[in-house]
Amino acid sequence: MRFSGFRVIKESLTGHKGWTPAWRDPEPQASYDIIIIGGGGHGLATAYYLAKEFKQKRIAVLEKGWIGGGNVGRNTTIIRSNYLLDGNEPFYEMSLKLWEGLEQDFNFNAMISQRGILNLIHSDAQRDAFIRRGNAMRLNGVDAEMLTTAQIKARYPFLNTEDARFPIKGGLAQHRGGTVRHDAVAWGYARGADSHGVDIIQNCEVTGFRIENGKALGVETSRGFIGATKIGCAVAGSSSRLMAHAGMRLPIESHVLQAFVSEGLKPVMPGVVTFGAGHFYCSQSDKGGLVFGGDIDGYNSYAQRGNLPVVEDVCEGGMAIFPAFGRARLLRMWGGIMDMSMDGSPIIDKTHIDGLYFNGGWCYGGFKATPASGMCFAHLLAREAPHPNATAYRFDRFEKGLMIDEKGMGNQPNLH
Amino acid sequence: MMINHPLLGPRDSAEFVYKGDVMLIDRPDPASETAAREFYAYGYLRDNPAGWHEELWFHEAGDRSWLVVTRNTLTHEIRDVKLARDVARSRGRST
Repeated sequence: MRFSGFRVIKESLTGHKGWTPAWRDPEPQASYDIIIIGGGGHGLATAYYLAKEFKQKRIAVLEKGWIGGGNVGRNTTIIRSNYLLDGNEPFYEMSLKLWEGLEQDFNFNAMISQRGILNLIHSDAQRDAFIRRGNAMRLNGVDAEMLTTAQIKARYPFLNTEDARFPIKGGLAQHRGGTVRHDAVAWGYARGADSHGVDIIQNCEVTGFRIENGKALGVETSRGFIGATKIGCAVAGSSSRLMAHAGMRLPIESHVLQAFVSEGLKPVMPGVVTFGAGHFYCSQSDKGGLVFGGDIDGYNSYAQRGNLPVVEDVCEGGMAIFPAFGRARLLRMWGGIMDMSMDGSPIIDKTHIDGLYFNGGWCYGGFKATPASGMCFAHLLAREAPHPNATAYRFDRFEKGLMIDEKGMGNQPNLH
Repeated sequence: MMINHPLLGPRDSAEFVYKGDVMLIDRPDPASETAAREFYAYGYLRDNPAGWHEELWFHEAGDRSWLVVTRNTLTHEIRDVKLARDVARSRGRST
């Protein structure tokens, strides 16, 4: 069933009796060609592109809860491709290009809004760093523009650019960045994958792998054994727990990242703004809530909730740059569990076990990567070779010294 | 979270910096023939369990001591706190 304006009109005239469920609820089969573990954004996108772009058959997505109940429903919905390093920038730009055509591609309204992202600059050193980043982006063919204080003032008249403590000296803008209705990403990919024959099996937790002679034969689940020729793991947040079933230790710590939304306000924030002197970023949802966040809590956690010191820290950052927002009341706050990798960059690679593939380590940048992550992981699963834009995301880069460390923090996951 | 410091009593976790899995105490022998492989695992690979976890916390805004905290990563409950120095000595480290 395709969605269209015509269809909406027709259904509204006929009592909305023609709508059907967006995806099936199938029983798991005894075996599949490809099993994707994890029904989040990345897993569903992988299944969608496997079926649609790579023409693979007999695919299942296994999800322990309900699809979209993990990090794809717990993020701050921002998309951008303003990265510095060569291993990252082409990948994230590929992702942004896929976002730009996504709604037409999977025929679902994901409310993709390219309202722009602006990184504020408060010091000379920061200006140098952002000019360098902007130039690196442009060398990769990505839009980046250094804005003057006057240009920023025209777009955000309520910003205090002359503040004595944190004067705004300019900003790096990526006008193609923006926000997406995050849940609709999961739903759109699920619906698209299902329409290409993918079985989406919810409430089906993987409890182990069946591995014989170095080859993966299938997965043990809460709904019984399911055989598979290839198994792709896309469970960022729980990667270490899942891969421990295959005897693997990962270069990952799981950390909790909190995010916040205020009560609904009249439009005040036209785009996404990051505060350069603290770690604070903010956008306004289409419902009017200010969506904002900052640092991770900084200790290993699987609790999906954080603690108050970080709440205070994030709100202090917000008050420093947007004091007017102090009048808004906080509506909701939540925590998501991040795969914090040892260099701040992800992994999309084969494992040492034949037939077992891994996608994870997204730190707190996984949402924007969803389409490219799915496309590159599908490429790896279907073609047995990394996608040209994901060749750097290897397991062995830590052993070989080929880290992709955007912030230059070293192997300290809570600093990335 | 409150961390019950063995010397100072209960302290706000915001005074501390989290430094990672307690296995970091067990630094490999650089003279070992397999040192490169061992340092790779030491530097980069972690068990990262869901549940009880022994981990290092540095009292940066306090007495600068390093602690070994046994904490549940599913609930943030803290069960035990020791001085990292005592743990290191009990594991055979000289200092």
